[in-house]
Amino acid sequence: MIPLEHYLYISAALFSLGVFGVLTRRNAVNVLMSIELIFNSANINLVAFSRFVEGALGGQVFALLVIVIAACEAAVALAIVMSLYRVVKHVNLDDAAELKG
Amino acid sequence: MSDALQSLPRFLPELILMAALAVVIVADLLTQRRPLQNSTDLLNGITLVGLVGALVTSWQALGAGEAQSLFASMLADDGLLGVFRPIFCLTSIVVLLLGMRSKELEGVRLGEMLALLLTVTAALMWMAGSVNLVMIYLSLETVSVASYLMVGYLSSDRLSNEASLKYILFGAVSTGAMLFGLSLLYGMTGTLDLYGVRAALAEGAFGPGLLFVLILIAAGIGFKIAAAPFHFWCPDVYTGAPTPVTAFLSVGPKAAGFAVLIRFFYLGLAEPAGGGAIAPVGGADWQMLLMMLAVITMTLGNVAALLQTNVKRLLAYSSIAHAGTMLMAACVLSVEGVQAIAAYLAIYLFMNLGAFAVVILAHRVTGSFEIDSYAGFWKRSPLLTVAMGIFLFSLMGIPPFAGFLAKWYVFAAVINAGLGWLAVIGVLNAAVAAFYYVKVLRVMVIDQEIGPTPALAFSRLDLALLVVLVVPNVLGLLFWGSLDRVTEVSQTLLELG
Repeated sequence: MIPLEHYLYISAALFSLGVFGVLTRRNAVNVLMSIELIFNSANINLVAFSRFVEGALGGQVFALLVIVIAACEAAVALAIVMSLYRVVKHVNLDDAAELKG
Repeated sequence: MSDALQSLPRFLPELILMAALAVVIVADLLTQRRPLQNSTDLLNGITLVGLVGALVTSWQALGAGEAQSLFASMLADDGLLGVFRPIFCLTSIVVLLLGMRSKELEGVRLGEMLALLLTVTAALMWMAGSVNLVMIYLSLETVSVASYLMVGYLSSDRLSNEASLKYILFGAVSTGAMLFGLSLLYGMTGTLDLYGVRAALAEGAFGPGLLFVLILIAAGIGFKIAAAPFHFWCPDVYTGAPTPVTAFLSVGPKAAGFAVLIRFFYLGLAEPAGGGAIAPVGGADWQMLLMMLAVITMTLGNVAALLQTNVKRLLAYSSIAHAGTMLMAACVLSVEGVQAIAAYLAIYLFMNLGAFAVVILAHRVTGSFEIDSYAGFWKRSPLLTVAMGIFLFSLMGIPPFAGFLAKWYVFAAVINAGLGWLAVIGVLNAAVAAFYYVKVLRVMVIDQEIGPTPALAFSRLDLALLVVLVVPNVLGLLFWGSLDRVTEVSQTLLELG
């Protein structure tokens, strides 16, 4: 059986990749994809822990709920990106800087 | 099943909000073809009835009955939730009234906005009650997703869209980090229940690993209360959002964030140490973490506010600074701190929403949010200037206004806990804060407006709203006794001391 550590390495790597993507990408849609990586790294953790801890099914239920929430958030985020695109004709975060100071 | 049914009577305010939500959605669909004004009046009326119903029932439930857990230990109905429920309802009611007078929301269909407002109000109550990691995450995300939509409500307005995009990106990253932290905490303890977490942590020392997890989780909570260094969204979102939504964000989610903070740290990561005091478990010094957050948040908020020329940005940084002051009270490790936070929020509600009410009324006539546009207000409308003066002096914490009382609670709790140095930093910050609040007043009273200065006329509703918001600020000291009795209830956290 694959030991627990391997799952944790994968999820830590995914989380770091997600954070790296959020910090470096300038396209709003790319940033949203990186955010999905962060959510899914947590899901891997939850399911892996739930598998390896005796009688702890809560983690799997939590992961299901996280998938639902992530879908909601992605839907709202893409709607906002569309709406911004209609007004300014691009989705580049560096140029979305009318507000600053 | 029977547990769920037994929980329902204790869940009445939330049920009323859900019922009003359903009615608003249907009524919005049915009145699509009616004239805008008729439809808006009807929807505002339904929402108001729902919110007032929730306020009355939550007020009646306050302090009545034993603390108990609801829905298979997902929520706790105790004194803390009891005190926070009326705060949320009052915030939403005032925001609804502000929305009726806002120039930005004129000529816009408000059905969805009101449905979102009711959803968020209910979700704020779930946040304040949650004692399970799943429920904390779920309610926090419900509040977040609905607030993203409220911020971006003016879909043809560039600033509103931009603010909403920034909000959702910052929000998703911070809640994502929090979720990663929660998953690791679940791995450490093997349970999602806060009491289970406490029991598991009490058995061993987890040290730096636990501290790392707590920093991740603090990112999610810090985002909700706008604590530095998770505050970057705050000034931009406050400026871009429609002003009534800004007013809501500055009080509602912040209050709920503090309720989650108290529950998570005081119940999940500490055990009762007698006499209402608590002792951290698990070998992680989270008191130090919160103290650092408090100092950074206060100082950064106050110093950055000094440089602002836009009144909405100024109030954004001021709300960050107030979050820092309340964080000080979270560091005291006793139920005294919980009461200080509850009392502070109850007063902060009136002073901050009051300041936003003046901003919205001024925007009706000047069409601007720049502080310079307030020049000559003393001549144009002495009433508005006096009201703003009262709110700002209250925010400063100057006696005899209610804000002084709020600061008194916090500083008394901090000093009683032996954290004198923290109180000194707090007082220095309060002195800095006085500069930028007085700057706004100086512009209103002393600076002369260039060009014609017609007197400003306000409707009876505007005046009534101002009076309702001014009275608690002015007469705060008279109500001290009752405020003390009400907020004392917040000290009865379920299974704590």
